Amino acid sequence: MSATESSPVAAGRAAPGPRPGPERGPGSPGTRPVAGRRPRFSKAHMKEWAWGYAMIAPLFVGLFLFYLWPIVQSAYFSFTSWGAFGGQQWVGFQNYSSFLSDPQLPRAAWNTVKYALIILAGIPVSIVFAALMNQVSGKYASLYRVLYFLPVVSMPAAVAMVWRWLYNGDYGLINYLLSLIGIHGPHWVSDDRYTIWAMGLVGIWSSLGYNMIIFAAGLKNIPRQYYEASSLDGAGRVRQFFSITLPLLSPSIFFVSVLSVIGGLQMFDMVLMMLGKTNPALAGSKTIAYLFYEDAFVTGNQGLAAAIAVVLTLVLLALTAIQFRLQKRWVHYA
Amino acid sequence: MPSRQRLWPIHVILAVGAAAMVAPFLWQLITSLQTTGETTSVPPHFLPSWQWSNYSQVFHDTKFAQQFMNSVSQTVIRVLAQVLFCSMAAYAFARLRFPGRNALFLLMLAVLMVPSQVYLLPQYQLVQNMGLLNTLAGVVLPGLFSAFGTFMLRQFFMSLPDEVEEAARLDGAGTFRIFWSVMLPLAKPGLISMGVLTVLWSWNDLLWPLVVVNDDSKMPLTVGLSTLQGEHLTEYPLLMAGSLLASLPMILVFLAAQRRITEGIALTGTK
Repeated sequence: MSATESSPVAAGRAAPGPRPGPERGPGSPGTRPVAGRRPRFSKAHMKEWAWGYAMIAPLFVGLFLFYLWPIVQSAYFSFTSWGAFGGQQWVGFQNYSSFLSDPQLPRAAWNTVKYALIILAGIPVSIVFAALMNQVSGKYASLYRVLYFLPVVSMPAAVAMVWRWLYNGDYGLINYLLSLIGIHGPHWVSDDRYTIWAMGLVGIWSSLGYNMIIFAAGLKNIPRQYYEASSLDGAGRVRQFFSITLPLLSPSIFFVSVLSVIGGLQMFDMVLMMLGKTNPALAGSKTIAYLFYEDAFVTGNQGLAAAIAVVLTLVLLALTAIQFRLQKRWVHYA
Repeated sequence: MPSRQRLWPIHVILAVGAAAMVAPFLWQLITSLQTTGETTSVPPHFLPSWQWSNYSQVFHDTKFAQQFMNSVSQTVIRVLAQVLFCSMAAYAFARLRFPGRNALFLLMLAVLMVPSQVYLLPQYQLVQNMGLLNTLAGVVLPGLFSAFGTFMLRQFFMSLPDEVEEAARLDGAGTFRIFWSVMLPLAKPGLISMGVLTVLWSWNDLLWPLVVVNDDSKMPLTVGLSTLQGEHLTEYPLLMAGSLLASLPMILVFLAAQRRITEGIALTGTK
């Protein structure tokens, strides 16, 4: 791509010649005929290249320094061990094998999966609420939208503190309400039989509003005629929900499921903020992302932490790929 | 639209759901106005004794005002940088042609695909080597750049009509001029949506500031809350007052920019 190749017609920008003006029809959206007509290596073309690189440069310097290169580094770190005096040593797969043989791993893996499954179970709830909200008039709908969205915008660290208090075994509001109907509530956040459920419920509570917004946008795209036609055929509301709403909402459901799996498997902050480091239930409530945090920033076992991060990435990529594979069976793109 | 009579069960269900969404906040408010003694009474007091002093105690016991300002500066800097860097890159990806554009775009998407645990540790070491632990610069640095924001704005730029841009080009405006004076104003709704989402994310961000800051006059509110909780584990009135004050700004931002936030999320959801 040498400059000598710039052809005589370098005037791509100045020439008033045969270029499509603003009156150009709607037949060619997305393409840029102006650039397309220019000879490949014209001066104007080079200028556009230069501007393109210049405008992405600030972002890419940052992305490279803080994201792309660190990804490579992490992959490398996962095969090394940090010496006590700095300096790294190549240890092969040792970090991976010590991660996989870590006695904490089975429990942490199960906790992580369990939490993600609970979050996934929240998706039908948000679909139902979004569908119901779609039925009421705009004034009420926007009031409900604000109320359901409050947990989404609230600081997760603050939310975790509030729920820790609500869940308190002796004086918490939840156990008081349960006692009114004769149930003796457990110590939700200090008994590891219940902690994952407790955190899962908060996870659903704080993402419900977000999911509802996405589903609401999907519901708006379903043509009203479908419902009118089907009610002429005698279909009831429940039938309509399963035969029209759900299939046509499937792209949004797919999107939310992918995000929920990715987010759910990385859950960490609630373990830190809702349970806390001195909690007796912590040992039985750790997630994979929490193990990573401990190894990376508490015990200083960076090589092991990097191995955990790599394994987590591979698992997430594999699960996302599987979800994309499976979507052909159930997602309908209109 | 179903008839009025058939709507009331729907309202009942939605109202019950809404109550479940709001009740924790109300309980947070009530507890924040109680004495510690009141919090340990069974049955609980639903009417507090209006201990407003809990709020002043938050300011007294922690560097709340300082941490509040840290959160504000951290958020303002990140939002301004992201809006600038992301919009420039997004415009280039959406409207300019240059060799390697698609490959670079895919490279950027790769950042979105990997979980944050992968880059956290090297980011920490980098910031440490730059001598920026415990500084505002260290807290904001990685968050100045966002693959997500760029992706979102690119979608927005691609949805804008070509015509205005072509007209400006015919008038002899250069690429940057077109971007700055023509396209950015047109993209204002998208920029606001993206900016507000960045405000939310930055204000609520916990993990990164938690690892780079341990000086309590340098930490943002998220980390401040976690230390407050560490020091006053069971003083719930104090904890509730602090957490309410920390959440409040984003609730206000949300109430003010409600439509932009929901539109922004809908934009990422429908592509």
